Amino acid sequence: MHKTRLQILICGGTGCISSGCLEVEDALVAALEKHGIRDEATILKVGCFGFCEQGPIVKIYPDNTFYVRVEAKDCEELVAEHLMKGKHVDRLLFKSPITGESCHHHMDMAFYKTQLRIALMHCGMVDPENIEDYIGVGGYEALAMALNDLSQQEIIDIVKASGLRGRGGAGFPTGNKWQFGLDNKSDKKYIICNADEGDPGAFMDRSIMEGDPHAVLEAMAIAGKAIGADEGVVYIRAEYPLAVNRLRVAIAQAEKYGLLGDNIMGSGFNFHVRVNLGAGAFVCGEETALINSLEGQRGEPRLRPPFPAQKGFWGQPTVNCNVETYACIPLIITRGADWFKSFGTEKSPGTKVFALAGKINNVGLIEVPMGTTLREVIYEIGGGIPKGKKFKAVQTGGPSGGCISEKNLDVGVDFDTLTAIGSMMGSGGMIVMDEDDCMVNIAKFYLEFTVEESCGKCTPCRVGNTRMYEILERITQGKGKPEDLVELRELGQTIKDASLCGLGNTAPNPVLSTLNHFMDEYEAHVLHGKCPAGACKDLVNYVITEKCIACSLCAKACPVNCIHPTGSETPNGKKKYVIDQEACIKCGACIPKCPPKIGAIVRE
Amino acid sequence: MSDVFISKEGVSFMEKNEKALYAELDAYIGSLPTKQGALISVLHKAQDIFGFLPKEVQEYVAEKLDIPTSKVYGVLTFYSFFTMTQKGKHRVNVCMGTACFVRGADKVLEKFERDLGMKANTTREDGLWSLDALRCIGACGLAPIITVDGKSYGRLTEDDVTGIIETTLAKEEAK
Repeated sequence: MHKTRLQILICGGTGCISSGCLEVEDALVAALEKHGIRDEATILKVGCFGFCEQGPIVKIYPDNTFYVRVEAKDCEELVAEHLMKGKHVDRLLFKSPITGESCHHHMDMAFYKTQLRIALMHCGMVDPENIEDYIGVGGYEALAMALNDLSQQEIIDIVKASGLRGRGGAGFPTGNKWQFGLDNKSDKKYIICNADEGDPGAFMDRSIMEGDPHAVLEAMAIAGKAIGADEGVVYIRAEYPLAVNRLRVAIAQAEKYGLLGDNIMGSGFNFHVRVNLGAGAFVCGEETALINSLEGQRGEPRLRPPFPAQKGFWGQPTVNCNVETYACIPLIITRGADWFKSFGTEKSPGTKVFALAGKINNVGLIEVPMGTTLREVIYEIGGGIPKGKKFKAVQTGGPSGGCISEKNLDVGVDFDTLTAIGSMMGSGGMIVMDEDDCMVNIAKFYLEFTVEESCGKCTPCRVGNTRMYEILERITQGKGKPEDLVELRELGQTIKDASLCGLGNTAPNPVLSTLNHFMDEYEAHVLHGKCPAGACKDLVNYVITEKCIACSLCAKACPVNCIHPTGSETPNGKKKYVIDQEACIKCGACIPKCPPKIGAIVRE
Repeated sequence: MSDVFISKEGVSFMEKNEKALYAELDAYIGSLPTKQGALISVLHKAQDIFGFLPKEVQEYVAEKLDIPTSKVYGVLTFYSFFTMTQKGKHRVNVCMGTACFVRGADKVLEKFERDLGMKANTTREDGLWSLDALRCIGACGLAPIITVDGKSYGRLTEDDVTGIIETTLAKEEAK
């Protein structure tokens, strides 16, 4: 396919596009032309390499060198030195934060060493806009097996035996779901792919669709064969234009190659896939709400049962799985259930993709075997907390999950262990927080999200969460009362028990888990009127101490001009500066302006 | 219909015939295999064409799809992607996803509010700026990140805000 001597892979994920990979591509083309070797190199824009913190990433084959934070101005040197002379451009190699040594290959980096890629296997390897690349790495072989060699029940038995559980959050066994889809008889059935990744701080599914869209389409067709459906719909967020576009390109190519559409591979099996845009409603990640939205309605959940596998889209049996779940299917079919089960834990086989972000050195997309400990993820792959700050908590599962404290860092991550410590797997967002984050404020942040996203259909969620939010707001303003903490717990438990759908059932988790693990912070707010992390503005004052040398730097930085020379005199007769507490907006802009050796401004 | 249309690209539609815009929407609705369940797709298209969904457009969609206007209104207000108000000439979107939030996106947003003299999730009276807090654009490696007229600026601090506003305005003058 790519018969040139050199191959240059550029990460074309959303993260790297934001950090300028398109300019890098243009500059590389220009440099190759200038040196007269444009014909000798193929430039491929591939899916996410995962190491978003270091983007844009450029990988050069055949010697497999991994360059980080490449800018357009670096491309001339990259071509002149690496491609023309065979010398590494050392300044663009990743430097180990521990030893300071340059890493040529990605497998030398701690970030990649402990990772294992199954769902992301082809991300960063194939050109997502070229179906031949995917076929070249064994793509659509699983579909060929499913159509020619396996019966419907045999396909489902393989998926069941693999122990694959839904990667969208709840972890329901995928094989069982397919079995229900097969057992419910109807002339018309549907396959849905849930790509409505609404968790803030999560970008796993987006990266898979951007980097390896054919794996998802292939798996949907396999599911179609397994349950007897001839139509598939991908319900995807409208906020993901790149993923939408790549899926559409992939569908058109697969149809052209006879791998989707009518009479696939001459087997007589028909399967058509279309893309349906969501419109920005978190609750549509819930499968019955998603189905309502697909039907052009408000995305409010339906009462279950009947489950979608019985009566789903347009009242027909419907199987709905998440993007990452589908991405595992082709490899499970070709390599077998035992292969998949050899990774991960007994009850949660395989791997899980996480979007690692927040206060962590190596932000990125990672995939690890189930059972990997949070400590390994945060300190080995993630490279620890920036600026030498202290770890405080890691939040998993987005607005439905909880905060996990230091004492649980050695827990191996799988569906059941996370639930046991008051959080949940969710779709795989993992946000790390340090000593500067106030856990009460974080709980409020998540609850504000759920309050806005609650569809309003059932009272516990609509009213209960609003009341909880009001209590948290009082607490962060220093107006909390001790009985508020009891009230929060009771309300939270009621909302969990009485809500109709998954959104309401899990909405109180961020509050309940922080109450369990960070009670001391709640007490500091309520009993002592203090925010230990200094994040809650109403509980913080900025004060200039006697150390002030009247240099006026802070006053110049103040956006609201509330710092004036009205204090006592310095030894050389100038007036010291004072912050007008009434006018101060507590933005903290003055602190970094005060010369470090003086350090006159304090937050109290 | 309000008198000035401003598209996402900041091009005035004053000159363009309103009828042509409705005709484009008609053509799209006509191309659908079925009207059943098509409301959300039609609203996407209408917002693409008009930039926002005022009452007149809602009524038009309702008539074409043969459903009550109340249903159109009910659906569009359910989804945050749809807007009934016109956006400004320059659109600032500040990502307020969790990763950006813990890295100080709230401070960046506040700085924009102060510098532009407006509140988040509104359009300024003169129609020059819209400032919105977004859920998550999924570029957490660059947190905190914003987009201005489609261009992203990552790893921001509040000190960068004034410069970004000046650059945006300078680009306009250069045109």
